[in-house]
Amino acid sequence: MDLFDFGKTWDLITQLEGVQTALLAAAILGLVAGVMGPLIVMRRMSFAVHGTSELAFTGGAAALLLGIGVEYGALIGAVVAALLLGILGARDADRDSVIGVILSFGLGMGVLFLSFYKGRSGNKFGILTGQIITIDSTNLTLFVVSSVVVLAVLALVYRPLLFASVDRNVAVARGVPVKTLTVVFALLVGVSTALSVKVVGSLLVVALMVTPAAAAARVTASPWKATVLSIVFAEVSAIGGILLSLAPGLPVSAFVTAISFLIYVVCRVLAWQRDRRTRVRSVDPAPDLVAAA
Amino acid sequence: MALVSDDVRPAVRVRGAGLAFGPRTLWSGLDLVVEPGEFLAVLGPNGSGKSSFLKALLGMQELSAGTVEIAGGRPGGANRKVGYIPQQRAIDESLTLRGVDLVGLGLDGHRWGPGLFGMAARRRQVAEAVAAVGAARYAKQPVGRLSGGEQQRLRVAQALVGDPEVLLCDEPLLSLDLAHQRAISELIDARRRSAGTAVLFVTHEINPVLPFVDRVLYLVNGQFRIGKPDEVMTTETLSQLYGTRVEVLEVGGQIHIAGAQSALCEQEPHHHEHDVEEQVG
Repeated sequence: MDLFDFGKTWDLITQLEGVQTALLAAAILGLVAGVMGPLIVMRRMSFAVHGTSELAFTGGAAALLLGIGVEYGALIGAVVAALLLGILGARDADRDSVIGVILSFGLGMGVLFLSFYKGRSGNKFGILTGQIITIDSTNLTLFVVSSVVVLAVLALVYRPLLFASVDRNVAVARGVPVKTLTVVFALLVGVSTALSVKVVGSLLVVALMVTPAAAAARVTASPWKATVLSIVFAEVSAIGGILLSLAPGLPVSAFVTAISFLIYVVCRVLAWQRDRRTRVRSVDPAPDLVAAA
Repeated sequence: MALVSDDVRPAVRVRGAGLAFGPRTLWSGLDLVVEPGEFLAVLGPNGSGKSSFLKALLGMQELSAGTVEIAGGRPGGANRKVGYIPQQRAIDESLTLRGVDLVGLGLDGHRWGPGLFGMAARRRQVAEAVAAVGAARYAKQPVGRLSGGEQQRLRVAQALVGDPEVLLCDEPLLSLDLAHQRAISELIDARRRSAGTAVLFVTHEINPVLPFVDRVLYLVNGQFRIGKPDEVMTTETLSQLYGTRVEVLEVGGQIHIAGAQSALCEQEPHHHEHDVEEQVG
């Protein structure tokens, strides 16, 4: 098996324009997913992201059937889903079940649309598992524009959004428009999910949008450091996944998910070791009482 | 008071305020002026509307009647000058948030933009606020792993870092042990003495803050009394308020109310339902 045939990988990168475009798209996506991730984890929206990506599949399948661009269908599906999940599932108690209900219905509709589609079967499979190599210069433009918009909006709302995500009651008291920010963030989740669908496919979006941030949250409690680490992890997963997939000619998404999972496991082990060390050290009695006196 | 100059405008001014939910009137005809540096305890059984009163001051609850002015502005509009300390509640252990981040959100968490400029000045301000409440030792640890008392210390720093004119406290001592109740109350008292911050302190239990309280607003069954603790916390006044005989006993500098439990079996502390709703919403 020529899994680590670097010569062949290098030849493919330099000779195929599609590969270079894919690497560029992956780098942009790594940035978007890496920045979004910690907020998704803080807001406990991992399952919502998964639900959103399944509805991006439904949208993509419908678009395929109607003969319009799959990425537009995926974008519409993801944004509608993210808004539905963001608004309907605002209360923790029924959020899980609402997502489950919408997710399964959407997936079923998507399967139905695909069964009516008589075109190339590669197109069908691609929505589920990703087809980054098919990104050409026209949809790269859409990709870049969407990413820039997501990042710009995120930069504008970052602090109030963080406040609303980690400390809702006080944020409300301080006049942060928490409900508006919920809708804004749902929109951002929708758009960035649609972007990820293109690369890893709707089944595996969580591997880029959630896993890197979940890994980062294991090793740091600082929101800033978590964001930087999450970007690094997402970039390594996305770009590394494409590079490793070139020589053996295996699906990109398999490598992307494998790398991000590996990073997550390593971070958990590191956190476990650190916790064991601090637990041994901190046997002194509650020193807060001393400081209070 | 013949002379009212601009620089001593009251921290809070409530005129003819009333709050009703449907046919049920929580309170009405409430007139209240809280001066800078004053410590006002808001007392009453659960359901008496003391938390709704705080929400009205924050602009999160419309009044049915009357007006409220806080820190020289309308409620909701003047929130930059208002600090808020919520009751302590469990924070997820794995939440990516350290003590300093929590305090920092109190400083500029309401501002737009990523906040990349002025990081050094921000860090210094946060460090000062953390040091002022004696939380420097654990301020870099994840908040979810801190004890309730440590979290509430950071909550005080979070509320004070923005240099508020008015400090609104919503049961900040609930579920803390006695030592921490005392420490948190003393921090709040020190602040209003040093900076003239007015304190409105909602609590079901007056004793931890009794040494600091200037006046009491006691709400029961749509009725209320305002006055010094020794005027309001008497057998006569509270019996009138509760509409039944209650005994106020002073034991060792503490006030105990006997009979109020049977008059309104809601006196025991439990977390406000609206807050739980806020949290999940």
